[in-house]
Amino acid sequence: MENLQLIIPELFISIMIMFLLIFGVFKKNSSQLVYNLTTVSLVAALALIINLDAQIQSSLFNNSYNIDSLARFMKILLILSGIFVMLSSSKYIQISKISKIEYPILILCSILGMMVMISSNDLIVFYMGLELQSLALYVLASFNRDNLLSTESGLKYFVLSALSSGLLLYGCSLIYGFSETTNFNQIMVNTKEIEYGLTFGIVFILVGLAFKISAVPFHMWAPDVYQGSPTSVTVFFALLPKIAALTVFIRFLYIPFYELGDQWQMIIIFLSIASMVFGAVAAIGQKNLKRLIAYSSISHMGYALAGLSTGTTQGVQSSITYITIYLVMNLAFFSCLFMLKRNDEYYENIDDLSGLSKNHPLLSLSLLVVLFSLAGIPPLAGFFAKFYIFVAVINEKMYFLAIVGLLATVIAAFYYLRIIKIIYFDPEKEKFESKHNLGLKFTLVASTFFILAYFIYPSGIVDIISQININ
Amino acid sequence: MNFPILSSLILLPTIGALFIFFVRSSNSQYQSSKYVALFITLANFFLSLYLWIVFDKSIVDFQFVEEREWISGFVNYKVGVDGISILFILLTTFITPICVITVNATIKNRLKDFLIAILILETFMIGVFCSLDLVVFYLFFEAGLIPMFLIIGIWGGERRVYSAFKFFLYTLLGSVLMLVAIISIYWITGTTDVIKLYELGIDAKYQNLLWLAFFSSFAVKTPMWPVHTWLPDAHVEAPTAGSVLLAAILLKMAGYGFIRFSLGLFPDASLYFVPLVYTLSLIAIIYTSLVALMQEDMKKLIAYSSVAHMGFVTLGIFTMTQQGIEGSIFQMISHGLVSAALFLCVGVVYDRLHTRLINRYGGLVSIMPKYAIVFMVFTLGALGLPGTSGFIGEFLVLMGAFKKNILVATIASLGVILGAAYMLWLYKRIIFGKLINEDVKKMVDLKRFEIVTLWLLVLPIIFFGFYPEPLINSIEVSVANMIDMNDLDKINKLALGD
Repeated sequence: MENLQLIIPELFISIMIMFLLIFGVFKKNSSQLVYNLTTVSLVAALALIINLDAQIQSSLFNNSYNIDSLARFMKILLILSGIFVMLSSSKYIQISKISKIEYPILILCSILGMMVMISSNDLIVFYMGLELQSLALYVLASFNRDNLLSTESGLKYFVLSALSSGLLLYGCSLIYGFSETTNFNQIMVNTKEIEYGLTFGIVFILVGLAFKISAVPFHMWAPDVYQGSPTSVTVFFALLPKIAALTVFIRFLYIPFYELGDQWQMIIIFLSIASMVFGAVAAIGQKNLKRLIAYSSISHMGYALAGLSTGTTQGVQSSITYITIYLVMNLAFFSCLFMLKRNDEYYENIDDLSGLSKNHPLLSLSLLVVLFSLAGIPPLAGFFAKFYIFVAVINEKMYFLAIVGLLATVIAAFYYLRIIKIIYFDPEKEKFESKHNLGLKFTLVASTFFILAYFIYPSGIVDIISQININ
Repeated sequence: MNFPILSSLILLPTIGALFIFFVRSSNSQYQSSKYVALFITLANFFLSLYLWIVFDKSIVDFQFVEEREWISGFVNYKVGVDGISILFILLTTFITPICVITVNATIKNRLKDFLIAILILETFMIGVFCSLDLVVFYLFFEAGLIPMFLIIGIWGGERRVYSAFKFFLYTLLGSVLMLVAIISIYWITGTTDVIKLYELGIDAKYQNLLWLAFFSSFAVKTPMWPVHTWLPDAHVEAPTAGSVLLAAILLKMAGYGFIRFSLGLFPDASLYFVPLVYTLSLIAIIYTSLVALMQEDMKKLIAYSSVAHMGFVTLGIFTMTQQGIEGSIFQMISHGLVSAALFLCVGVVYDRLHTRLINRYGGLVSIMPKYAIVFMVFTLGALGLPGTSGFIGEFLVLMGAFKKNILVATIASLGVILGAAYMLWLYKRIIFGKLINEDVKKMVDLKRFEIVTLWLLVLPIIFFGFYPEPLINSIEVSVANMIDMNDLDKINKLALGD
């Protein structure tokens, strides 16, 4: 019973999924209502998580499910992002005619899967969570089924993701074979010696995880899926799965295989450098904003991995800070995308932004702030995110990684500047609609304000994150 | 607690910018925004003037120091001034209102945004000159890129996009290595507090690499010879006010950085790299002077002359003598005034004829006599005629250089002659000669606000030319302390003895 008390948020979301499913089927034309109820239940779940004792540190269900400070923080982050995604995209799904009752329920399923991933302390539990979130995401990606691109992206994501899940599962079985257990803590105890099979297992699992956060060279799906999916799903892709996958990365590397750091460190450094550089270079030629942000997020994941590659608590904390700020920046960016609407049609090409600053000074200003922040220019939040990463990296004397990362920011600055150039320096085009729903406006204002004002009190988030216990 | 005067200096322009941003201007001309901006920048100027007056010039310590916890347990927000930085703050707050006055004529669209950009830029510039923490310094140093990028890109000339990108990416590329160095310093010494670092010193074995990382940033910003190419582009395309701020203040950040950080934190490395800096400075002085001689475009000519003048500055700093460093600081202040004035002068004729090509002008003396007079003063100031502030700076720098290396000093002196050549030739081609061009005949002489702004610059140039004491007085103790503290003299003697 005590175990159940600690997973009340997960239980609550599961019950809400079943309830909303039945409710939606029996009540006609209830898609909007279900959508709103989903948002409400996310808020309730958030309240439930915050309500749990913050100091608690326990492993449930035969030591396979962790409720600790890391899980707590990441879940709060996850559900908060979920709420903001729901708030900002409600109008979009109505206009793009994908407002069906399944949509919010699938989102809830996926969030539940991510929560399980975040808390997992066992290979099987972790895989279960992963599949729950992935299956929901396949459907979501192809949700706009009349659209060729959307269908294609769903299929593409499904095929590639299934392949990576296969690799991951093979890695799990190898690790089970060599350590005789699936429990993370137990693996650590049983794997004092390095064996080839074990190393292969680690590599396979890292490949699977790298796929989920779209790190180079396992990024191929991301641009197509980001572009093809409905924007409301793209923003979901850009934010939430990253939180879950990063948490699993942290748990996986820092609990069972912490001792084998020299086995995985080079892999993570390679993934990190490849992602930072490739993401920055490949984004230069893009014309579609969603595709561009896909490459941009590949690059950003590279920085988050750079923090992980240090193998220190400080590095992990810098990664968590990075992902937090990354979430806010992307949320602000997508809120701006949702505002590029004219006559019930959404625009997502970079050229559509031409001269935006003349007709929409406030929207352009938000985009300016977000883009400079993504480029990592001080005094905006994006700079601090990178700053913490480099502080951790340089502390470990990994100068090469730091210098490559910083040079990649200069390359990346180029394509962010190009968007700013189009917004501010180019001749104006037709006006966009200026009326938006409250949730979207609130999301944009809140996230932009966070980015702008972060430098006033940068300790706030760092202090919270520094209390997270990794081991 | 005392009144936080430095933080007020930093914050005031931003508050003004927010005010302009949120308050709707009643008419389309944004008249009220202009007055708000002027009022704020003038208030800032008087505040910094007050700071200069109450500043105790006989004390070596940093004064008006404010410290607040910022990133917990890591970086503190720390600001303070010594005799060197206070002059740069004064220069900043003096030039900014002049820029605000000029917007009347030069900025035709989106005036409000322009004023906001200038005010935000002022915040960052003042922040650079008074921050006493490396991270805070870096923050202000880099943040200045954003408003300057927009100023060049939105209100610039035809090739503004290219220039804005070049400016931004060059400077960013230079600066990233400095960030690595700053973080490394934190891990080596455990602090990024400049005052503590002065006391602790940095182990000589790390100094060379750290020095190079800082150098890469400052060399681009100065700009020194091989990486100077962004400057002519940025200057040519920026609107008048942008060029003025760029030449007068943004370039000085690097010179200030050389003194405060390169000399102050890495004295051994600075000595080690003296030949490098001498070489680059001499190339800058001679080569860019020759390039300036060939220019058809007024702004480009002045931009190249800026590179040459900054060559004197870097040369003076790395003589590591009292005269050389004082001369460099004086030269920077003087160049701040003179180059600002020259760009304003170019702006005056550009507004009338809409071309910067030198051969389109000629014979202006007969139709614009008032203009001819002020332009002459600035030309003479730029070539360093005795009696203008330009002379004092160059003279002190050369004096310091002669003390150290006669060959270097001799070559640098040749630069002075070249400087006279291109400036006087420019003056001759624009002001004298026959009045051939029909459009030129229609040009009117200086308007009232132009007279005000230009004479505001004439006065200090001549005043400090005859009576440099107030400036020298302010920096003397700090420079002496800098040399003392790092044993620059002793190091020098040892090196010469080898």
